[in-house]
Amino acid sequence: MTLKRTPLHERHLSLGGRMVEFGGWDMPVQYAGIIAEHTACRTAAAIFDVSHMGEVGFTGPGALAAIQRLSTNDAAKLVDGRVQYAALCLESGGVVDDITVYRRGPENYFYVVNASNAEKDLAWIRKNVAGEVTVEDLSAATALIAVQGPKAPGIVQRAADRDILDLPRYWFRDGVVACKAGKVQVTFSRTGYTGEDGFEVACPAEAAPAVWDRLLEIGGPEGLVPAGLGARDTLRLEAKMCLYGHELDEKTTPLEAALGWAVALDSPGKGDFLGRDALLRQKAAGLERRLVGLEMAGAGIARQDYPILAGGKRAGMVTSGTKSPTLGKAIALGYVATEFSKVGTRVAVEIRGREVPAMVVRTPFYRAPTPG
Amino acid sequence: MEFPEDLKYTKQHEWARPADGRVTVGITDYAQDSLGELVYVELPEVGSEVSKEDTFGVVESVKAVSDLFAPVSGSVVEVNTALVESPEMLNSDPYGDGWLIVVDPSDVAELDDMMDAKEYADFVEAEKKG
Repeated sequence: MTLKRTPLHERHLSLGGRMVEFGGWDMPVQYAGIIAEHTACRTAAAIFDVSHMGEVGFTGPGALAAIQRLSTNDAAKLVDGRVQYAALCLESGGVVDDITVYRRGPENYFYVVNASNAEKDLAWIRKNVAGEVTVEDLSAATALIAVQGPKAPGIVQRAADRDILDLPRYWFRDGVVACKAGKVQVTFSRTGYTGEDGFEVACPAEAAPAVWDRLLEIGGPEGLVPAGLGARDTLRLEAKMCLYGHELDEKTTPLEAALGWAVALDSPGKGDFLGRDALLRQKAAGLERRLVGLEMAGAGIARQDYPILAGGKRAGMVTSGTKSPTLGKAIALGYVATEFSKVGTRVAVEIRGREVPAMVVRTPFYRAPTPG
Repeated sequence: MEFPEDLKYTKQHEWARPADGRVTVGITDYAQDSLGELVYVELPEVGSEVSKEDTFGVVESVKAVSDLFAPVSGSVVEVNTALVESPEMLNSDPYGDGWLIVVDPSDVAELDDMMDAKEYADFVEAEKKG
């Protein structure tokens, strides 16, 4: 299979990116090194190509009604320029994808979806959508560049033609970045996947290299470095953000993943949506398992699919784990039976046949001083 | 990338340095570069037995776990415990401070199956081309 390339592929090669396959895309896992890139994002700023993510547009008088039926959050609460996190669920309540919903206008919304799920999502959306709405795959035409870290807002502001620092978290605004090759229409979104402040900048695919160069030119002197998927993963894990295929899949519900805040079960303006009945039943019955944060108390790093034990018996499973570059400790996310989910509970992780002690800890593992 | 002439190499990217009847074992420059920054090492105890081509430990980057394969059979007579505190030495000095274990080999002829520096360099080139 030929891997797909983002419009920034050439940049990754010339910057020395180490390319790997991710969700059918040829993407940089790192440039200088995961830990250095991670630290740059926590202390200065990092720039990520996230153009592999998908964008799906919804336009027409039935756009809001369609979105209300497809995704779990209450999109009626959105106003122009607002962003909202949500999930797409099967009738079973299992997660098809986790997404962000953007409102451009009362009849104009779009989803940003995971790269690895983009094709599946689009097919699922087209199958389940109804009413007077046009669904459009905007993925190929749209590039997305994330600039994250304490210095990121200032850097992106200096690239922008208008004030954007007043944008609160989860708001966006259209604007222009003046590049060497000319002016580029972009969307500045105060969102991200690192736990840091910063922006995600969407632009037409063909203009992505110019915008990338401009941001690096402005940010370079302040310590802005390119960062790959490796650092993106360790950053999101420290911030306890879910990654599809790890914390989320079609056999996991958003309630189990502690995403109840993005599921509008009782919102008066929301009504029915796909998966609602199953999620209501699960809520009424009580959750059998919950996503928790673990910190290892013994030597070893918990990894995806390692068993979590309590009293020598199977209590759950690890979904993501690493040695936290910021904290210097081995941390993990995983599902445990509800009785073991309380902060402070002592459990163990089975690592290569050994029981290594661990503890359920408060999350996020890391909170930025100026959080994103 | 450096592959010293006095070492023997495996297809799993370990090196072996025979000296005074014993064999020091480590991972190659190519291995450490491919794995990225190493943050955790698990090694056998002194006195344990290792078998050629069997796993004897792991090294881990922030991203992944990789098994270590013994280039020779024998008993472990020394372990580089400094790596537990400073696994980054595997990256900075893979043929020196980043050594893993010393083995008292049960059959030194096993070393003859290994690649020399030139053969290993060719092997790495072929692997890079995939």
